[in-house]
Amino acid sequence: MTLNRRKFLGTAAATTAAALSAPMVRAMGKPRVVVIGGGAGGATVARYLAKDSKGALDVTLVEPTRKYYTCFFSNLYIGGFRDFESIGHTYGKLASEYGINVVHDWAVGIDRDKKIVSLAGGYALPYDRLVLSPGIDFVEGSVPGWDISNQDEMPHAYKAGSQTQLLKAQVENMREGGTFCLVAPPNPFRCPPGPYERVSMVAHVLKAKNPTAKIIILDPKPKFSKMALFQEGWAEHYPGMIEWIGPDFGGANVEVRPDSMEVVVDGEVTKVDVCNVIPAQKAGRIAEIAGITNDKGWAPVVPATMQSRMDENIHVLGDSSHQGDMPKSGFSANSQAKVCAMAIRGALLGSKVFPAKYSNTCWSLIDTDDGIKVGASYEATPEKIAKVDGFISKTGEPAELRKATYEESLGWYEGITKDMFG
Amino acid sequence: MKKLRANLLPWLVAVCFAQAAGATDIGDEKRGADLFRKYCASCHQIGAGAVNRIGPHLNGIFDRKAGSIEGFRYSKDMLRQGADGLVWNFENLDVYLENPRSLISRTRMNFRGLKDPQDRADVIAYLRQFSANPADIPEAAPTALPSEHVVPPEILAIKGDPEYGEYLASECLTCHQRSGADEGIPSITGWPVEDFVVAMHAYKEKKRPHPVMQMMAGRLSNEEIAALAAYFETLGE
Ligand SMILES: Cc1cc2nc3c(=O)[nH]c(=O)nc-3n(C[C@H](O)[C@H](O)[C@H](O)COP(=O)(O)OP(=O)(O)OC[C@H]3O[C@@H](n4cnc5c(N)ncnc54)[C@H](O)[C@@H]3O)c2cc1C
Ligand code: HEC
Ligand code: HEC
Repeated sequence: MTLNRRKFLGTAAATTAAALSAPMVRAMGKPRVVVIGGGAGGATVARYLAKDSKGALDVTLVEPTRKYYTCFFSNLYIGGFRDFESIGHTYGKLASEYGINVVHDWAVGIDRDKKIVSLAGGYALPYDRLVLSPGIDFVEGSVPGWDISNQDEMPHAYKAGSQTQLLKAQVENMREGGTFCLVAPPNPFRCPPGPYERVSMVAHVLKAKNPTAKIIILDPKPKFSKMALFQEGWAEHYPGMIEWIGPDFGGANVEVRPDSMEVVVDGEVTKVDVCNVIPAQKAGRIAEIAGITNDKGWAPVVPATMQSRMDENIHVLGDSSHQGDMPKSGFSANSQAKVCAMAIRGALLGSKVFPAKYSNTCWSLIDTDDGIKVGASYEATPEKIAKVDGFISKTGEPAELRKATYEESLGWYEGITKDMFG
Repeated sequence: MKKLRANLLPWLVAVCFAQAAGATDIGDEKRGADLFRKYCASCHQIGAGAVNRIGPHLNGIFDRKAGSIEGFRYSKDMLRQGADGLVWNFENLDVYLENPRSLISRTRMNFRGLKDPQDRADVIAYLRQFSANPADIPEAAPTALPSEHVVPPEILAIKGDPEYGEYLASECLTCHQRSGADEGIPSITGWPVEDFVVAMHAYKEKKRPHPVMQMMAGRLSNEEIAALAAYFETLGE
């Protein structure tokens, strides 16, 4: 077991080299929880575990990047409503204020019998409970002609960061009157309204900079999230600019040619200027490596605790989990993390366990001050996380309400990021 | 004793309405005029030439969006309810006049409320005369009229379990900030328990229009609301 000092941050790195071995020493007495992935699910669960156990648990968070850029609001960055740094968050407080061992590395292996996670840097982390919240990976070959090596020509921008910056630059530099194409993914995928909010934000930029440009959406699905609301908004704010091509017109029969910047729809070749390919999705690879995914590539979980159906010592949160009715969103991952933290404290420390309650709300921005939302509450049944009640914005709402909805989403962003990172 | 009264009231009121029915279905506007002079006129004007005073003028209040008189400085909470879609009608005027804070937590209307349903019905009947098309007068049988909105004392008396409250609150903190910051979503820390409970029940019973909060409150039991109120009160300290 080698200790890679540079990869240790937080409580350990903040003090002396001697303290580097502290997590291992401290771990002797205390139950150990290792969390893989410092996103919406992982950061939240680590923070709640550390905060609510008041030092009784040894919590380690494994996350390769030092700055997490939220996918939520990354579309608003593309639209020019946020700057890039406003969607970036670091792990400093989780380490210094909550005593979490933050390790910046990739988890590359999980030995479920020995209960050990191995890291790319060679280090190994033993656990009593393991939480996986690694987000998504793409299904290879799901868009013929595209693989991950083409992400510079045809970005996905479905993991936020440099991909998002690239797509924004491509949109802004598109030739006058050019065509922006978005290849939408099949269900299930992270953030059901995400591709359509993205199109709205791209249209917002083009309307100002390049008003004769066109947008086409190639969609394998006959319906999409908040469809009536988006279509109403597009007709109002961007008349004649956005064409949605569903499966009836070839949206499900698409091939792309990154070298020549062409898309082929039902055999017909079209030249495009920017092409945003969002492939089909599955659980983050580490879930597959752990051997806890199903034939569709997602990790089935027990609804009341988010425990893997295949290994009770592992919990899976957020996008990677296969849980039932909740959409794959940051809000959902955050909500699941709190139930999971409670269940883990109950199991390892004997603290009180209350009935699981879940909820979600997804806001989308169509144009300046025109915000919409959809949400629901959920409960755990033995089979799945089941929807209890829900709501959705209505078409034809007054502008003032849409503005209030947008302002609410700003409040939510502040709330959830503080809830994740302290 | 109290409980009995709470249960009986709706029925008593129904009888009163039934008697008053005919000329007006909701109350006695003559008596309402006297009550208005006594309780409201120190702040509000109504009728020809009415202007804004401490409170906004009340001409055309039926079907008027809450907080919509140009040039009047409303509380932030009133404006938010207006934006959410609160439009004055018989039922929500009745709720507001009974306890203004149930609908508008930090309303600038410094008035304790009219506790007697008959007084409220009479005042509302009086206000209605100054609205051109008060389409929102209930047309159903008077027995269908709501009357008692106030959260009953036995619910207000529930002692919340703060530990349970802390777990339940984790769901709220995705949107409402623990620090009490108000950036597009109102602060809910450090409220008096009663105001908190009254506000939550106003969402639960769909008297406040906001759909997210209707859903959040809708599935909370009285005990859970009490637990949350107890917990959030401590957060403000
Ligand atoms: C364009 C777009 C817009 C969106 N808008 C919204 C929105 O408005 N509201 C909303 O609620 N949701 C939104 N989402 C969805 C939201 O971003 C995701 O659902 C959410 O981030 C899922 O959380 P997670 O914890 O499952 O995964 P993530 O947040 O993606 O976190 C996974 C983390 O795990 C790390 N990781 C992966 N593999 C390993 C490994 N082997 N070892 C160590 N670490 C690893 C990754 O680096 C990453 O940081 C949007 C998504 C997109 C793409
Ligand atoms: C102490 C002064 C005061 C008294 C007494 C008072 N009000 Fe008000 N009223 C206000 C103020 C101030 C507002 C604006 C509240 C806000 O912005 O939160 C208001 C708002 C209202 C509104 C909402 C108006 C709008 O434009 O949306 C109604 C209706 C109303 N009052 C009716 C009454 C009635 C009926 C009475 C008597 C039973 C009464 N008020 C007594 C000060 C008062
Ligand atoms: C999805 C985001 C979201 C969640 C989750 C949420 N709220 Fe709210 N809450 C709001 C918004 C937005 C408002 C403003 C509503 C309005 O305009 O009436 C609000 C208003 C309130 C108010 C009234 C505030 C005022 O100033 O009048 C209370 C009390 C409240 N919430 C309590 C809670 C509690 C308790 C929970 C958890 C059980 C919760 N909220 C969960 C978004 C949320």
